[in-house]
Amino acid sequence: MNILVCIKQVPGTTEVDLDEKTGVLKRDGIDSKMNPYDLYAIETALKIRETQGGKIKVLSMGPPQAAQVIREAYMMGVDEGALLTDPKFAGADVLATAYTLSQGIRKMGDFDLLLCGKMTTDGDTAQVGPEIAEFLQIPHVSNVRKILSMDEKAITVEMDMPETVEIQEVLFPCLITVEKDIYTPRLPSFKLKLKTQTKEIPHITLQDLEDQDIYHYGLNGSPTQVLKIFPPPKKEVSEVWTGTGEELARRLAEKLKELKFIRE
Amino acid sequence: MSITYKRIDAEDIEFLKSVCDPERVMTGEAIHEDYSHDELASIHRYPDVVVEVESREEVAEIMKYAWKKCIPVTPRGQGTGLVGAAVPVKGGILLSLVRMNKILELDEDNLTLTVEPGVLLMEISKYVESHDLFYPPDPAEKSATIGGNINTNAGGMRAVKYGVTRDFIRGLEVVLPNGEIVEMGGKIVKDSSGYSLKNLIIGSEGTLGIVTAATLRLLPLPRIAISLLIPFLTLESAIGTVPKIIKSKNIPTAIEYMERRVILNAEDYLGKKFPDASSDAYLLLTFDGNTREEVEKQYEKVAQICLDAGALDVFISDTPERQDSIWSARGAFLEAIKASTTEMDECDVVVPRKNVATFIRYTRQIEKELDIRIASFGHAGDGNLHVYLLKDEMDDETYRKKLTAAFDRLYKKGKELGGHVSGEHGIGYAKREYLRKTTGDTYMQLLRNIKTAFDAKNILNPEKICD
Repeated sequence: MNILVCIKQVPGTTEVDLDEKTGVLKRDGIDSKMNPYDLYAIETALKIRETQGGKIKVLSMGPPQAAQVIREAYMMGVDEGALLTDPKFAGADVLATAYTLSQGIRKMGDFDLLLCGKMTTDGDTAQVGPEIAEFLQIPHVSNVRKILSMDEKAITVEMDMPETVEIQEVLFPCLITVEKDIYTPRLPSFKLKLKTQTKEIPHITLQDLEDQDIYHYGLNGSPTQVLKIFPPPKKEVSEVWTGTGEELARRLAEKLKELKFIRE
Repeated sequence: MSITYKRIDAEDIEFLKSVCDPERVMTGEAIHEDYSHDELASIHRYPDVVVEVESREEVAEIMKYAWKKCIPVTPRGQGTGLVGAAVPVKGGILLSLVRMNKILELDEDNLTLTVEPGVLLMEISKYVESHDLFYPPDPAEKSATIGGNINTNAGGMRAVKYGVTRDFIRGLEVVLPNGEIVEMGGKIVKDSSGYSLKNLIIGSEGTLGIVTAATLRLLPLPRIAISLLIPFLTLESAIGTVPKIIKSKNIPTAIEYMERRVILNAEDYLGKKFPDASSDAYLLLTFDGNTREEVEKQYEKVAQICLDAGALDVFISDTPERQDSIWSARGAFLEAIKASTTEMDECDVVVPRKNVATFIRYTRQIEKELDIRIASFGHAGDGNLHVYLLKDEMDDETYRKKLTAAFDRLYKKGKELGGHVSGEHGIGYAKREYLRKTTGDTYMQLLRNIKTAFDAKNILNPEKICD
């Protein structure tokens, strides 16, 4: 089983300041980390390798310092990685990002299974994974919360829909995006850190790609134009209930059911 | 001290209702079952009346009255204690301080925070951290009140580097048993002005006075904390590595040890998987500092020491999500062990840290010899162990017998190794016998003399510590 996992470096905290004028995230001096959802994707890949054997590669797109997340993937046990990096890729929207990644994936070889985290914590669109699959013309399933079974030909998964759970069997090659908690991600290993600290992280630039038309990449290839970015207003809704202990307990139980914290 | 207490009557209740809002004075059926025990629940006694006070004036009025009438009063926070200190074993008034839960003042010039006693530990950390400040004491029970923490001199998981609650209390406002209000300490860093009464109140388990406000010492918040989860083949080799870490002079904030079976209990209890549960024993270390590079430099040396000492690997937890996956489980160990059995009791012994391995080995021996399941985890870095003796399917009598035999031997061993009865949970009601056995008459008499100096009538939390 050949698996490729797409990963991204995101800001280390959720409290990132925005430059109100330019709408750009102030990333300077902020610790960065791997997108938390990607950790679930890597863990899923490692779990599959444990039973099916094979090789896991990771691909990230970003500036040269994004190599850090590939190092981290090595420390979790991933076999190989590469970084898609080129100034011409800068300013890519969701579509251009997905296209660039799909080109990078073609460059990296043939895969049975592509894995992505459900979304990133800085972009929040959850669109890059499915769009990669479309560019590669392979089937995809999003929001996978459980893998039920797999054989050489296909994988059967549970897809988490807002109201329902859908079980899908999908043939390889395919792409799935995974939910939080599909598996608990392992921690990076210091032993693997020592072992892989000199391991190479190849760069893939525009001139390595099949399609080298600069109008398909970066700002040039992005139909989305960002006019303004602003943090959404923080919603803190609180309700005060009064009543007897019994009434309140019943009401609380109803509310928890409604919010899906508990089941009947 | 033998003393005849006045039984609560209608007149007393009337008085209490005249001091506090009548809704905050509860008697009979209105007293919630929780007020009859603490977290371990092996000691039960209902108070005659529960009063939920809201101010130091109310506390002072009630104490004056109780002093005059000779009514026993037991102060209580969230009831998360483990030795029965907040159980009103003589009945009388149970004074709940949880409504006194206001943060009074953050003084950024003096780096202090002044709070009422009912503020919860988790509220304190959240509040000060939002101001880039840090209150280091870190007991696992985050829903405990600061008043309770002060009264047990709670330690927690950062004691190795920062110390315990006592090290972070600058000043206290205390209502004495006779109702007088006294200030002890203050926003001062140094103090050689006579006996340190503040330090007598800290750890006094509500027997000397009632803390109505506390001024805490704060530090600048370290920007980065990274934990290492280190698997070992055996608990012996895990704990045997601790002195080497201490000697390396790279002092972690926390050095915890944990066993696989406790981790599995926590997984069941939380319904969440721990990042690794494939080894029998683990050390959990945390390092803090202001830059990632500084912290990495510290931990890399220690990680190498651990590998050289036989660690199977060293796992790195360096993001909020990773920290949460480990520390939420660590924080739930006590509850998880509790949920895995029918009843349990604990030994919170503290020994010099080089003797931790010997003591743990001894608990294993007791487990076999007495045929009783023993779960343990704790602060390997400061020598404070939490050893839990579990009832499981035993009948009451067998359990009591085995418990007594096990405790006798464990505390005796603790003393032999240079340790004390309690590292952070206190003596309360349950551990008095072991305090007496391990300290001797002169020591106990000094404690009683101190008690008498504060409370000659012995109305405040009687039957605790040295009574």
